[in-house]
Amino acid sequence: MQTPSSESELAELIAGAEAPLSIFGGGTRGMEVAGERVSISAMSGITLYEPGAMTVVAQAGTPVAQIEEALAAQNQRLAFEPMDHRVMLGTTGMPTIGGVMAANVSGPRRISVGAARDFLLGVRFVDGTGRVVKNGGRVMKNVTGYDLVKLMAGAHGTLGVLSEVSLKVLPRPETEATLLLHGLSDEAAVKALARALGSPFEVTAAAHDPQEGITMLRVEGFAQSVGYRVQELKALLGGEITVEEDATARWAAWRDCEGFAGEDEDIWRVSCKPSDGPALVARAGVRGARYDWAGGLIWICAAAGHDLRAALGAYDGHATLVRGTGQVRFEPEAPGVARISDGLRARFDPRGLLNAGLMA
Amino acid sequence: MEMPVPNQMVIARKARVVEQLLRVLPQSAVIHEPSETRVYECDALTAYRCPPMVAVLPSTTEEVAAVLRICHAEGVPVVPRGAGTSLAGGALPTADCVILGVARMNDVIETDYDNRFIKVQTGRTNLSVTGAVEADGFFYAPDPSSQLACAIAGNIAMNSGGAHCLKYGVTTNNLLGVTMVMMDGEIVEIGGAHLDANGLDLLGLICGSEGQSGVVTEATLRILHKPEGARPVLMGFDDAVVAGACVTDIIKAGVLPVAIEFMDRPCIEATEAFAHAGYPMCEALLIVEVEGSDAEIDHQLELIMEIARRHNPVELRQSKSAEESAAIWLGRKSAFGAMGQINDYMCLDGTIPVSSLPHVLRRIGELSEEYGLKVGNVFHAGDGNMHPLILFDANKPGDLELCEAMGADILRLCVEVGGCLTGEHGVGIEKRDLMHVQYAPDDLEAQMAVKDVFDPQWLLNPAKVFPLDVSVARRELALAAE
Repeated sequence: MQTPSSESELAELIAGAEAPLSIFGGGTRGMEVAGERVSISAMSGITLYEPGAMTVVAQAGTPVAQIEEALAAQNQRLAFEPMDHRVMLGTTGMPTIGGVMAANVSGPRRISVGAARDFLLGVRFVDGTGRVVKNGGRVMKNVTGYDLVKLMAGAHGTLGVLSEVSLKVLPRPETEATLLLHGLSDEAAVKALARALGSPFEVTAAAHDPQEGITMLRVEGFAQSVGYRVQELKALLGGEITVEEDATARWAAWRDCEGFAGEDEDIWRVSCKPSDGPALVARAGVRGARYDWAGGLIWICAAAGHDLRAALGAYDGHATLVRGTGQVRFEPEAPGVARISDGLRARFDPRGLLNAGLMA
Repeated sequence: MEMPVPNQMVIARKARVVEQLLRVLPQSAVIHEPSETRVYECDALTAYRCPPMVAVLPSTTEEVAAVLRICHAEGVPVVPRGAGTSLAGGALPTADCVILGVARMNDVIETDYDNRFIKVQTGRTNLSVTGAVEADGFFYAPDPSSQLACAIAGNIAMNSGGAHCLKYGVTTNNLLGVTMVMMDGEIVEIGGAHLDANGLDLLGLICGSEGQSGVVTEATLRILHKPEGARPVLMGFDDAVVAGACVTDIIKAGVLPVAIEFMDRPCIEATEAFAHAGYPMCEALLIVEVEGSDAEIDHQLELIMEIARRHNPVELRQSKSAEESAAIWLGRKSAFGAMGQINDYMCLDGTIPVSSLPHVLRRIGELSEEYGLKVGNVFHAGDGNMHPLILFDANKPGDLELCEAMGADILRLCVEVGGCLTGEHGVGIEKRDLMHVQYAPDDLEAQMAVKDVFDPQWLLNPAKVFPLDVSVARRELALAAE
């Protein structure tokens, strides 16, 4: 395994490579492909942190935990709440910020603050020819030239290997509270979540767990405001509602899909229009489902090899295989879009070295 | 500002092109008489003008595709145009181009409150997107100051921001899906009503590509429920540096206002003379707005004022009502108009790390002295997006050039301190030749590689974004291939 310790070493390695490379950060997300293994975990360290500007710059191999610790000391955080895949996938290792960004990993708070990609302000990366490229910067508003920052977020290292990332961070709220609605059907739960999100009460997470029969809504902010919004939401939704003052552990477990740990089945991640969720789950013909993002993100646990995409048919969204083998990981793109993606790959990685085959 | 020499071979084919366009569009949608094409000679960067060869106003995605197929086959450059409000010359024509205006495409296709999105044709104006949902309590968050006039198409092309993006983000953070017509006429669908699009983030790539990757005809946009209320506090300071420090302290304290706006003395004076908003005469003024219920607003404003008091403000005015809020915003909203009353002005758009604010303001003051041109600063302080307004006299020979040179110096300064050339207006032609300052040749090469993929012949808005000397090889190759 190669572990370049600097951007220039990484560039040299890629420029000199003659066969495909399997590139990863901490290797916790089960994304490895055939090829010589290259970990960027040795390219590590926070290079700049300005709490007053809400920005942090770090080398791509920096552990997420290290960044979160530095932010917590200034009462700030990574607001997009990146999921830790280790529990669900049974992987070990240390999640890196480069891995989070390359896979655009966002948690429950995505519905209120945005996805990982929305917090990525700038990147440095090495493309498939060994060329070092920078894009974006460390300021919050930047439309100077094309947004390759977004292109790199979620490209899973197939267009270039991230060497440095600049992120927007946000203040940690004073307090939080979680409303628990009990005994709702999937349909009723998704309707309740939509009603809450269609209110002015700034819900920062909205999820439904059919196994536990619990529907969850989180509000965050100043204590006075959280108390007010909890009352308003209770009045708005009615029914049997309990309130948890500190549900941090509950949300962390939910974010990491702990309920799906240790199973042998395939795990799918379905992105859809929230109100379509329950019907999709019914069509999926599977054992377990969990609704996040008010229904817009469904985690599905299906028998190994079950062709979920065929079962779901056509809908506004797509399905990604997160755990399991034998099926295409990412939903195949429509021909016109695939042509663009292929064109970009041919330009950024003309020799097909970078995580070849991972996305297409 | 240099533009490429128009391609005479294309201009020679005008009659043939017009004839084909008339076959796919109604007569009223093809504008080709020189007296009529003049309407499209510029956008809001009015210093530069050039009537296009032809302008077309299609009404559907299919018509856009038909137009592009013709232009593609005939090798005619196409300049897409939303409402023509670009401050960067993003919609400036060339004499050999077809202007493709989407202004007639302004329908709402679908509104869905359960799933919180609206799907519109992109010629619809920004404010009328909110207009379509506000009776039901919803709004579309990005709010560029031209929102009454500017179209969603242009918002997507430039990734427009606005005063409230500190909390709600800019266009790219609120765009869920697009229907886009490629230069060869192929129609592609990217994203949809779901939150994260499949595959590579092409949506993020298209947003802000300044009409160079394709023509976006339909857009699915995220809508949000309106907050219960919003109210600002106005604060005045004796020293711009102190005002900057106050901004940093507010952010560090964990309050996240929806907007933090900054104005300096020249702007305050001009605004007072123009709008009589009752602003205090001081070196710097901040307007900080928060949202929520009445009690929530009072609580947050109290926290903010407590921080402000530590910086010895000369004025601290908390809005208690909608009327008082309107009075506080009145001056800020008329700032550009007020400056325009004094003289012609050039509006810059560089962004800087908030921590560099004091240094940058001081340097802009020094540059103003050196060049002998007055500058007023009004900007979104929370995110460091500056809008220095340089005053000049368009009728005085050499003044525009002097102003542009000074503007370039200010933008170089923004990059020097870790910022960028443009925060929300886009590069267009205005900042095109300064891209060298921010990006190394390899950085620009990577961006141009993206254009190669979307538009191999470089026919879409070709003379924008990239310095002409950098893009020349690609543009000429496209000509030679013809």
